[in-house]
Amino acid sequence: MTQQSIDRREYNITAYTENQVGLLNRIAIIFSRRKINIESLNTSPSEVEGIHRFNIVVVETEEVVRKIARQIEKQVEVLKVYFNPNEDVIWQEMALYKVPTDVIAERALVERLLREHGARAVVIRKDYTVFETTGHREETDKLLTVLQPYGLIEFVRSARIAIIKNSQGFHHQLREFERIEPSHEVSENDYLNSRDKVFTM
Amino acid sequence: MYLNSQPQPAPTSAETAVATAESITRTLSGAEATLHALLAEGVDTVFGYPGGAIIPIYDALYDFKEQLNHVLVRHEQGGIHAAQGYARSSGKVGVVFATSGPGATNLVTGLADALIDSTPLVCITGQVFAHLLGTDAFQETDIINITTPITKWNHQVTDASEIPEALAKAFYIARSGRPGPVLIDITKNAQMQKADFAPYQPCTHIRSYRPRPLVRSEYVAQAAALINQAKRPLVLWGQGVLLGQAEQEFKQFIEKSGIPAAWTILGAGALPTGHPLNVGMLGMHGNYGPNVLTNECDVLIAIGMRFDDRVTGRLDKYARQAQVIHLDIDPTEIDKNVKANVPVWGDCKETLPLLTELLEARTYPEWRQRFQDHDAEEIAAVIQDELFPTSDELTMGEVIQQLNELTQGEAIIVTDVGQHQMVACRYAKLNHTRSNITSGGLGTMGFALPAAIGAKYGAPERTVVAVIGDGGIQMTIQELGTIMQTGVNVKILLLNNQFLGMVRQWQELFHDRRYSFVDIASPDYVTVASGYSIAGLRVDSRPDLQAALREMLEHPGSFLLEVMVTRENNIFPMVPQGCGVGEIRLK
Repeated sequence: MTQQSIDRREYNITAYTENQVGLLNRIAIIFSRRKINIESLNTSPSEVEGIHRFNIVVVETEEVVRKIARQIEKQVEVLKVYFNPNEDVIWQEMALYKVPTDVIAERALVERLLREHGARAVVIRKDYTVFETTGHREETDKLLTVLQPYGLIEFVRSARIAIIKNSQGFHHQLREFERIEPSHEVSENDYLNSRDKVFTM
Repeated sequence: MYLNSQPQPAPTSAETAVATAESITRTLSGAEATLHALLAEGVDTVFGYPGGAIIPIYDALYDFKEQLNHVLVRHEQGGIHAAQGYARSSGKVGVVFATSGPGATNLVTGLADALIDSTPLVCITGQVFAHLLGTDAFQETDIINITTPITKWNHQVTDASEIPEALAKAFYIARSGRPGPVLIDITKNAQMQKADFAPYQPCTHIRSYRPRPLVRSEYVAQAAALINQAKRPLVLWGQGVLLGQAEQEFKQFIEKSGIPAAWTILGAGALPTGHPLNVGMLGMHGNYGPNVLTNECDVLIAIGMRFDDRVTGRLDKYARQAQVIHLDIDPTEIDKNVKANVPVWGDCKETLPLLTELLEARTYPEWRQRFQDHDAEEIAAVIQDELFPTSDELTMGEVIQQLNELTQGEAIIVTDVGQHQMVACRYAKLNHTRSNITSGGLGTMGFALPAAIGAKYGAPERTVVAVIGDGGIQMTIQELGTIMQTGVNVKILLLNNQFLGMVRQWQELFHDRRYSFVDIASPDYVTVASGYSIAGLRVDSRPDLQAALREMLEHPGSFLLEVMVTRENNIFPMVPQGCGVGEIRLK
């Protein structure tokens, strides 16, 4: 194995952007032209009105992720980009499981398993029941394995969402950007400020 | 006669300001609003080609003939390359019109070229009616998604009221920070729709776009300290110096620091060719000294250049011994290819004076002597034979040398792509900035003829010589029609070696002389030019060369001079692909 492949690990890229048609494509191209697979991608409104937040998960080296983060931040409609390894973020994924209701009803063991995994019934119908659970990949995977013998009909997992542990929220920085505009446009220069902690808050 | 639209001088900013102030809120069509926006942005020349989806803008243009000079090209690719030439020679934003579908897709090569070479452009494309979007309507293409990776920004307008703001953003984005191409796609209904428009407001700020970085003085100080203790410093400069209009600041930096400076082909001309501290061209076909000594310098100062692979060769063999200082406006360039020990992020017009202020005046006589010694080696091994050959056949180098003698470095040289490009870049004498216009990053054959047309519109007072190979000219030869119709004065110096010469050179050196499809036949160019009412001449012997060049330059209008040059000449020095710059070959 090369050093590069050893150094690859999961990174969470967080991008704050304008809510603009076509921006998703502009960001996706940055990955695809380098032949980097996106493991997970979620977009949603952020804590700041009118600003969207992308959570993107890739498995890459820090050097590659840093370059990608900078390329994303360079896009006109992107305000700020951070990247963090898993230990620097709190992250969750949601999973939905559809199982035949008769199996659940008849076999108490399943009920207990669901409780053990913190699952919650979302829909209970005569023919099927849908459970949901949230957690890390291993946790939702474990429930999937457990349910498979009991006639699992369908399974789906959401993209990852992540909160950066060491962060005061983006609105402080945005307020700072806005305070100085428009006469003096300021680029917040994390990179030159602390080169070892590039793009962290 | 077709001499009806000679290049006009650009309106002054005062005239533009008056035009803006006079614009009061009124009802206009989207097409009229588009043209008012262009005038308010100081646009004097537009290159374009009409078609169904942009007819409303062309209809409005009928009433703007006195204010906006429209150059009808023969192909949209010619239009965008002309706009690039215009932007590169004038320093202003080049503007292109094209219709939807094939008109828009014909801009793709030029957009990619402009993005990689940081050329400010605003392309305005027509689009099908908004209600037809996504229906595979006639001449519909999704030009926004097609051009996303090759534009700095793009945007589709579906309502007339959006036009002024979209264009204001487009011009601001195209020309600020690291410049680049922007595309605005306007649906036909938006062009036709009437709306009330307030006076045009130029854009000066976008929340999510911060083109002017704050300069960190501590990094300038670190850079100065590194330079002041250097024994063998070397400056590499690129187009960032021109784009930042920092030629004077750069010259002061070089002259105070006494550091030898080498250039990338897009940086050529920022410091005159004859300046004593200008030590030549970098890269694959650059000069011997700056390439070899890149691997011997102790401090490497890169200014407005991006360490392209044609400049660096193999990265693991590139300047490993040097401490690297990188000045660039674009943070994505820092550490992208070569790790910087001191990054100075900022506009070099701002950072260079701060740096110069902190420098000690030095001269480095022994270090500069090393460059002179390598120059002597290169002259003996390559340059003497190229510029002053003893064989009967003409070389490309001697043609450029003769051109230098006649123009005295005052002309704008526009080159296509291939061997002639490398020869012209290596040997052309350039006294002024914005004198070397070439397709650097993308290497687009077919660039030079239309770019030269645009360059003349951008700098009407200067002589423009397009140096083109027999391959490149056949890619956009239809633009001779643009020259015919506009009467624009462009000198076409066609260096014909009857080969796709650069590919042939690679096939000779690296593929056992298997000349696979590089033997390209040519038409009788002088007759072709004559068909377009362009004067022409063909020479193939040394005694006729200088008189022919003089005739070309002195001719009152455009002129095509075809020079038959030796067929199998190679461009040396050369850093073979996969080698380090220190392994540059003289033969």
